[in-house]
Amino acid sequence: MIVASQKSITELKGIISGHKKVLFAGCGTCVTVCLAGGEREVSIATYAIRIARKLERNPVEIVQMTIERQCENEFIKDLAEPASKVEAIVSFGCGAGVQAIAERFPGKPVYAGLNTQFLGVLEEQAVWTEKCMGCGDCMLSHFGGICPVTRCAKRLLNGPCGGSLESRCEVDPDRPCAWQLIYNRLKGIGQLERLEDIVPPKDWSTAWYCGARKVVRKEHQL
Amino acid sequence: MKQLNHRRNMEGPDAPEFSADSRWEPEIIAFCCDYCAYSAAALAGSNRMQYPAGVRIIHTPCTGKIETEHILGAFEKGADGILVVGCLEGGCHFVEGNLRARRRADRVCAILDEIGLGGGRLKMVNLSDSMASEFVQEILEIVEKAKALGPNPLKLSKQSESAGSL
Repeated sequence: MIVASQKSITELKGIISGHKKVLFAGCGTCVTVCLAGGEREVSIATYAIRIARKLERNPVEIVQMTIERQCENEFIKDLAEPASKVEAIVSFGCGAGVQAIAERFPGKPVYAGLNTQFLGVLEEQAVWTEKCMGCGDCMLSHFGGICPVTRCAKRLLNGPCGGSLESRCEVDPDRPCAWQLIYNRLKGIGQLERLEDIVPPKDWSTAWYCGARKVVRKEHQL
Repeated sequence: MKQLNHRRNMEGPDAPEFSADSRWEPEIIAFCCDYCAYSAAALAGSNRMQYPAGVRIIHTPCTGKIETEHILGAFEKGADGILVVGCLEGGCHFVEGNLRARRRADRVCAILDEIGLGGGRLKMVNLSDSMASEFVQEILEIVEKAKALGPNPLKLSKQSESAGSL
């Protein structure tokens, strides 16, 4: 799941300061689950911004709409009618959603309402942690299903570094040592011998560092 | 004309000159849980305890049912102060509705501070159904707090708009 966090009301207010009628577009998928950009969060932001602008004697009309997914044109088209009646759109989707909406409405300013953070999982109620950085060359099979590329601060493929304390990372004690987790996991599944393997250097050409990537599945193309 | 004078008063840095107006009584919304505060309010009424007439009680099944939007919406419509009254901690009929309400109230206070309306206009307290005198005391305190802060400026701008002065 893509995890995002909310921008402050002050920042949002600044972003739309030049507009009098704005569409706040929520997304019903990842950012709804991570309580950042779903219908409820959009509603709260709408109230807060509307009150703030009234207090400044510069009222703004805000139209709200939450669609199933902002990253697919099939769903974005539902925004066409409300979008035609506003000066600008604030997307409460992830960065992909913001850009998909901007592409769909080329003549309309589209602003990001959230800060997109990472690919992660829900650890407990309202707590998400990063698990995957989408490097394009998954090596999880080497490490018992725990990714040191994402979860080790030093991205060691042949760890551990020796700096962990009480199973916590020396870079950030709030974070568990990924290599301790890998050891525990390999021990649990009876594959400790994997620690003897030398993992070759990673192929980073598949990662974001070479620019925006593209996936094409020819067998499914029309 | 009088309304315009009112409006000017609110534009200065020392805005709440309204509070000096003895005729103004704050409009207070009290969100009351069915299992405690609503009974406490009823008991206060049975005992003929007095509190200001500007208090409007909203009967809720549990304070956990009160959403952030309900509170912000009430302020947007002009409430001068809001009191959320839930069960004593550990005594929620739905186990932790009052604890969730507390966290939501804290967040709304932060939003109100951020947007300039003032988090002091919102207060959450925990009472039991027998605490009628404490209920009245809390009402009196939020009324006094609202008087100190002055009228909700949103209500004022609404009045100005209807008077055609904006």
